[in-house]
Amino acid sequence: MSDKMERQIVIPGEVIAKGENYLPGSGTEKIGDEIVSTKYGLAELSDRLIKVISLSGIYQPRKGNVVIGKVENITFYGWVISLDAPETSFLPLQEIPRYVNKGDLSEVLDIGDMIVAKILDVTSRGIDLTMKSRGLEKINEGIIVKINSNKVPRIIGKEGSMINLIKKGSGCEITVGQNGLIWIKGKNIEDELLVKRAINFVSEKSFTNGLTEEVKKWFENEGKPINE
Amino acid sequence: MTFKRSDGRGIEEMRPIKAEVGVVPNADGSAIFSFGKTVAIAAVYGPRKMHPQHQQDPEKGKLRCNYNMLSFSVDDRIRPGPSRRSTEISKITEWALEPVLLIEKYPNLVIDVHINILQADASTRCAGINAAALALAHAGIPMKNLVSSVSIGKLDKQLVVDVDKEEEDFEEGEGSTDIPITMTPEGDITHIQLDGKISIEELKEVVQLAKKSVKKIYEVQKKALKESVKL
Repeated sequence: MSDKMERQIVIPGEVIAKGENYLPGSGTEKIGDEIVSTKYGLAELSDRLIKVISLSGIYQPRKGNVVIGKVENITFYGWVISLDAPETSFLPLQEIPRYVNKGDLSEVLDIGDMIVAKILDVTSRGIDLTMKSRGLEKINEGIIVKINSNKVPRIIGKEGSMINLIKKGSGCEITVGQNGLIWIKGKNIEDELLVKRAINFVSEKSFTNGLTEEVKKWFENEGKPINE
Repeated sequence: MTFKRSDGRGIEEMRPIKAEVGVVPNADGSAIFSFGKTVAIAAVYGPRKMHPQHQQDPEKGKLRCNYNMLSFSVDDRIRPGPSRRSTEISKITEWALEPVLLIEKYPNLVIDVHINILQADASTRCAGINAAALALAHAGIPMKNLVSSVSIGKLDKQLVVDVDKEEEDFEEGEGSTDIPITMTPEGDITHIQLDGKISIEELKEVVQLAKKSVKKIYEVQKKALKESVKL
């Protein structure tokens, strides 16, 4: 690879770069003086660090991610939450921003309820969640859409450009979970379904350049032009 | 050499190879691979929680392969469901793939690989392993390298690459010997089997022949992965 590095698709075992000028990031390994990919994905260079970003596969929970999950079970000390990830996660009683009577846990969150939460920590024993932060709450209304978790950065866009555009175009509140679940809350169901279609459009065309412009056009075709 | 193969191929020539990833939308990773009339589909699910729980390994993840021939994949319908042969090939596939997987990153979890043979014309385990390697990569599982598999045959005294059904049933002279081999593109063997008789000298030749053929298969696999995404 030359000095000016373009984004490129790499496969496991492929040499991404040679020499001491680069550092191996996630999804790569240093063997001798070569940086070798250990994953199928998009190789990106930031500063001197080379990392490989997955294009497909299951969601891998990371510390600090905002996620949307479903209450699977209630224990004495908190709730077991399913995030559509390899391991189930746990929301302890203390991480709820209000006082809960022991034994009354199901009155706060019952089995089947959906929540917006943040990943506090990922350990070998499991994933810990918290709801003690702004924007983390129980989901009471609206719809939830599921997309491939690898497309989430595209839905959000650079510094939130894409998601803000969709919010503006539809007038809905949208919360994107890093695990690929998206909560849409609008004034009426038509607006919410419009957002759902817009999100599917973005995730289908996720590799097109100038996607923001395309989405603007898409909103025009839907009869809802976005005026700046 | 005036040896003629039944379908007119050269002795080092493989049947047309085709590969594609992302063929099963519901799976976390999937691929289809074919050697001529032999077609295999592989779908990867996971990493996910290992059930039954007593099989969980807190030190590393596990790979669980399931090889299955569909009842219509051969001329005479075969009885569907697991058999002695399919259980054995499932285990062989696990052993062929495990050395390249960085599976220790997934304690207590399992990666399920389901391989289905849609059409069988010999070399089905090789097609299955090739499809499984692609599907695992497509599922974003960390791997040291890809693996490619090919079967080398010995028809009477002649070595040939990529045996088909007619050649597998070859009975003249010394009869036929079938040697499926799986390798990384660098030539590290992860799996080798032998069905028949062969001398040590000839086996060395077989490995050299496999090294050459595996490179061609690797290029097809590489192309399939790279071209599945348009930038």
